[in-house]
Amino acid sequence: MLNVSNLSVFYGAVEAVSDLSIKIGRGELATLLGANGAGKSSTLLAIAGGIASSSGKIILNGTDVTTNTPEQMVRAGVAMVPETRDVFPDLTVDENLRLGAYSRLGDKIKVKEDRERMMDLFPRLRKRSTQAAGTLSGGEQQMLVIARAMMSRPELLLLDEPSLGLAPVIVDQIFLMIAELKSMGITILLVEQNAARALKIADHAFVMRQGKVAASGTAADIMKNQNLSELYLGEDK
Amino acid sequence: MTMSIQFVIDVLSLGGAYALMALGLVIVYGILKLVNFAYGELIMITGYALFLLGDSGLPWIVMAIVAIFAAIIAGIATDYVAFRPIRSKSVTAVLITSFAFSTLLQNAALLFISPRPRNIPLPDIFSTTVEFLGVITPVRNLITIAATFILLTGFLLLMRYTVLGIAMRAAASNFRMARMLGVPANLIISSAFAISGFMAGVVAILWLGRIGTVVPGIGLEPLLIAFIATVLGGMRSLGGAVLGGFLLALMDTSLNYLLPQDLLKFRDAFTFSFVILILLWRPQGLIKGPVSGERT
Repeated sequence: MLNVSNLSVFYGAVEAVSDLSIKIGRGELATLLGANGAGKSSTLLAIAGGIASSSGKIILNGTDVTTNTPEQMVRAGVAMVPETRDVFPDLTVDENLRLGAYSRLGDKIKVKEDRERMMDLFPRLRKRSTQAAGTLSGGEQQMLVIARAMMSRPELLLLDEPSLGLAPVIVDQIFLMIAELKSMGITILLVEQNAARALKIADHAFVMRQGKVAASGTAADIMKNQNLSELYLGEDK
Repeated sequence: MTMSIQFVIDVLSLGGAYALMALGLVIVYGILKLVNFAYGELIMITGYALFLLGDSGLPWIVMAIVAIFAAIIAGIATDYVAFRPIRSKSVTAVLITSFAFSTLLQNAALLFISPRPRNIPLPDIFSTTVEFLGVITPVRNLITIAATFILLTGFLLLMRYTVLGIAMRAAASNFRMARMLGVPANLIISSAFAISGFMAGVVAILWLGRIGTVVPGIGLEPLLIAFIATVLGGMRSLGGAVLGGFLLALMDTSLNYLLPQDLLKFRDAFTFSFVILILLWRPQGLIKGPVSGERT
């Protein structure tokens, strides 16, 4: 499904991602772990076309998409949920969802169905559908950005720290959601600080350190390796 | 009573023109976070298009539509010539290219047409007056008010209810995120420049209708007015631009009524002093607008 090889990303002179290679199969949930500043978010942004890579290749479904613009990536089936939880604050919840389906403009009836489906999946969004997204709580905003990303009917969903700054109860709901999205057959690449949680629902895991993949394997393998968790994952085990 | 009706008509017609000028400038600023300094030349181009069509024998309304269309094309061309090639490089570079494009257009007018004022064709209705609610007022003031009302309503509907409008609002608050949802950057930017050109074109006809002639430097004053109105109202907010336009017109008109004859030539100095006071009180402008993301 997704095959990233030897990817490097620079911010000015700083190399955020260096010679990174990861592979994700169709329908898999892979997680990208690592300390702050390890290059996880930059990797996701590069895959989504949000920042340019300086070298390496990104292959999606056998097609080279390395130089694609963000809007081309959406059409190729990739949806990004950024860590910064970028709702459009002055747009209503409903308008945010409509924008999520921008790549499917001709598909009005199905888009409407999907909007209903997302509202069923996240009932709190339905209650607030005419409210400005900026007035939502952190948890609701996270639900909104996930729902918005789903409106493009992605094959590959990139999730950047969906649990960041949320109350544990809300985090539980978000992780349940992610598991449900996986069961719908969507391939997911999940970046998380909360390693224990992410490993519980993931098939594969990649541990990043200073822009490189320091370890990779099945989620179970990575979980077993106590050393790794101490080194890269912080105290949350 | 008559005096106050007269005053309201004056404020609304001048404010309408100012508001449309400001809206045309801020629609591009909102998305690119860059002031298009070649904006005034869109007004100049509309004027010269009217002048060149003057002898064509076409009905005036057709000439006006063609002239507005010329402004739209020129607006989109500004993007292709001055913005798009270096958009991703540096803000300073784009500022300079927009100045350069402005100078280029002005000099083209100097060279190929004339430094001297040229008459533009105007229908008789622009120079007639009517009695309205007991006051005698030029018809063009009422036309300006009506045109402003129609354009602002149309603009509001576009921004609120169409997918393009929603996408433009989203792009103004966070361009990169909008792109990551599939909103095509170039389409949004071209649309912003086209709307900007449309506003400039309509304003040009209303504005030049007061003067009756066009000169190469005609765009400077509208650019300044638009810029001050947007700074005053808040550069991040479309509503702010409109508010700023009307407020500026309120100040100008009040001073016109209040200042004694020999101080009238210093009117702008008084207006700008008020603007400074308002900005000291609210440096962000009157309407703060949504927090906006970085440029893309």
